[in-house]
Amino acid sequence: MRTVDVKQIEEAVFRLARRANFSLTDACRAALKSAKEREDGAARFALETVLENEKIAQREELPVCQDTGMCCVLFTVGREVHFEGDLTAAVNEGVRRAYRDDLRKSICDPLTRLNTGDNTPAHIHIELCAGDRVEICLLPKGFGSENMSKIFMLTPAEGRKGIVESIVGTVRLAGSRPCPPVVVGVGIGGSFDGCAYLAKKALTREIGSRHPRADVASIEEEALEKINALGIGPQGFGGRTTALSVACELAPTHIAGLPVAVNIQCHCVRCAKEVL
Amino acid sequence: MLDLTLPLTKEQRLLLLAGDCVTLSGTVYTARDCAHRRIFEALDADMVPPFPLEGAFIYYAGPCPVPKGKTSGSVGPTTSARMNVFAPRLLSLGLGGMIGKGEMSEEVARALQRFGAVYFAAIGGAGALYGNAVRSSELVAYPDLLAEGVYRLEIEKFPLVVAMDAHGGNIYRK
Repeated sequence: MRTVDVKQIEEAVFRLARRANFSLTDACRAALKSAKEREDGAARFALETVLENEKIAQREELPVCQDTGMCCVLFTVGREVHFEGDLTAAVNEGVRRAYRDDLRKSICDPLTRLNTGDNTPAHIHIELCAGDRVEICLLPKGFGSENMSKIFMLTPAEGRKGIVESIVGTVRLAGSRPCPPVVVGVGIGGSFDGCAYLAKKALTREIGSRHPRADVASIEEEALEKINALGIGPQGFGGRTTALSVACELAPTHIAGLPVAVNIQCHCVRCAKEVL
Repeated sequence: MLDLTLPLTKEQRLLLLAGDCVTLSGTVYTARDCAHRRIFEALDADMVPPFPLEGAFIYYAGPCPVPKGKTSGSVGPTTSARMNVFAPRLLSLGLGGMIGKGEMSEEVARALQRFGAVYFAAIGGAGALYGNAVRSSELVAYPDLLAEGVYRLEIEKFPLVVAMDAHGGNIYRK
């Protein structure tokens, strides 16, 4: 048994929230650069502006995007780990400290719209695994793109074709609104709620990576090709790049169903990971 | 690239065409979901809005807090479509136009044409670049809304694209 003081978790969450908000992932930057070469006119101007933005963010120590998001904190925790203290409270304290001065507080009551004032609570998800590792992945999720996400309860008969149509249809309907070029996280299978989680988890995969299963990777590739044929383009200005990547995650589901969740992420992919 | 300075006369606005890349300088006011609701409550109660609407430009944005020693935090555009329900009435009251991201509705497009106004797209996800181009930022109304309050920004050379013009031109429908 390995004992982990939750103070370590608080510190890690603080570091990850700071790091994530001030830079893009390397894979995201590379994908944007290569997309820029394929575009012209206003679409190229949009991608040039976005790449210049990250340089300014780092030079001026400003968050890359003002929507510093809802903190989605995904844990993978070894079964031999014992947390000493209140894990949820520690995560929220890490978020509170990270957002205190210069990051936007974007969390509010859904009905009164009263801001909680410190960007908490974070959205926490924990998966168990073998061993005694603690992996933390923090994704500050903007809602311009989150708002464009959808879940479909397909029938088994709709199958692979239905899955691809659900993914492409969601991006088509989102149009210019979620800050394309988008990254698309897809959950396939599981339950209604579990499927949505898989879609979120898929967004933490490196841009351009393919699922190890060939039949899943082929769905990712076909969906990406069809999305980029839509012509929505960067910021919706028209062009060849509407999505940078499609990533699918799978779980076994019920014999009667085929849940498909499509979680949209803007081009501003900020995701930071750490292993304790 | 055309360099524009606010306020823009109606004649100037009519010259702008969807797809034009411009820079914009001058005074704009931020307002998003909750601020619009409050502005509408004020208008419904025959009270004055927190800034004169005539010729004004609303920036659909909610800034990050201003870091020490800086003039602004990051402040890129938010999704304009959520304000489709608000824009036509404000345009009818003299608003010069809006800055945001993403397509707005047919109803907004008709109001832009009717009142000779213009909708600019800022580049979503470029919050640091726009924050760095803000010379001053002052809270004008609704402090309890934090980032959702109304801020008066003095902006210098915001890179923008004319998204929907006063003649029905629409970059998202090209």
